[in-house]
Amino acid sequence: MYVVIAGAGKVGWNLARELMSKRHEVTVIESDRSRYLTVEQELEHAIQYGDATELWVLERAGINRADLTIAVTGDDEDNLLICQLAKEKYLCERIIARVNNPRNRQYFELLGIQPAVSATDLILRLIEHEVPSYGTVHLLDLRDEQLEIIEVEVPSGSPVTGRPIHEIELPDGSLII
Amino acid sequence: MPFILIVGAGRVGSTVARAMLEAGHDVSVLDEDPLSHERLDSGMDTTWEDAGGRFTLGHGLEIDALREAGIEEADVFIAATDGDNTNLTIAQIAGKHYQVPRVICRVMDPARAEWYAEQGLHTICPTSYAIEMFERALEEV
Repeated sequence: MYVVIAGAGKVGWNLARELMSKRHEVTVIESDRSRYLTVEQELEHAIQYGDATELWVLERAGINRADLTIAVTGDDEDNLLICQLAKEKYLCERIIARVNNPRNRQYFELLGIQPAVSATDLILRLIEHEVPSYGTVHLLDLRDEQLEIIEVEVPSGSPVTGRPIHEIELPDGSLII
Repeated sequence: MPFILIVGAGRVGSTVARAMLEAGHDVSVLDEDPLSHERLDSGMDTTWEDAGGRFTLGHGLEIDALREAGIEEADVFIAATDGDNTNLTIAQIAGKHYQVPRVICRVMDPARAEWYAEQGLHTICPTSYAIEMFERALEEV
């Protein structure tokens, strides 16, 4: 798989390392010259210097043949536009955007940039997992498939306790995994 | 009377804002820098507010600031901050989410101004105008 990563911060650099160790081809784009020079010592030809919101920079990085574009800069507008260009102009099949400020998540959804990953939201989910406030714990959203995976703990004394799964009446379309 | 919301009151935004206000339109300006408010006042006999203008301090990506500035009632939305990426993002949000009938977006990068224009966004690229002017000036050399 060929992956273009915009942003060589901690996230971008480590993603590049992991993907390359799994034998994927990777190009990272970094717009800060000194950061680029630091990361280039390790990634060598797999990193390019430039502003990934510019078309020629994306094209130089081979966006036209990318199977996956990941935008993980520290700037939400940049991540949104990079993914928008990758998806709509260069017809890249898969995109992943990082959301730095969770309040901007709605803009990514609005402009069809999915999935948009927010570290704050992920940590909030973990907190919810540790300190459940409702009995159901939200584990994963599969938006395109319109599926949601939730965890439900069956308390002792529940009507379903001790009954075989096939006897439990569940709402239509739901599945126990 | 059309209601015009301008995000970014630098040299371009503030001049357009004053001209639109003088032309009798309702004008609201949103900018994150208090200095831009002074820029609006300069060259006018009264303050911006006394002349009938509105000013909101805040960033163009903040929902609350956009609402306070009147995006829900706007007939025209102008994205004129000094950042292409901010302009392209907020202009698309104004059009797609708030359904502002007329959206105009300043984009300094000619390549992206062209592509987003092909996608139906009304972009204005000062860089393209500058290139054209230089080329015309050089024809006479």
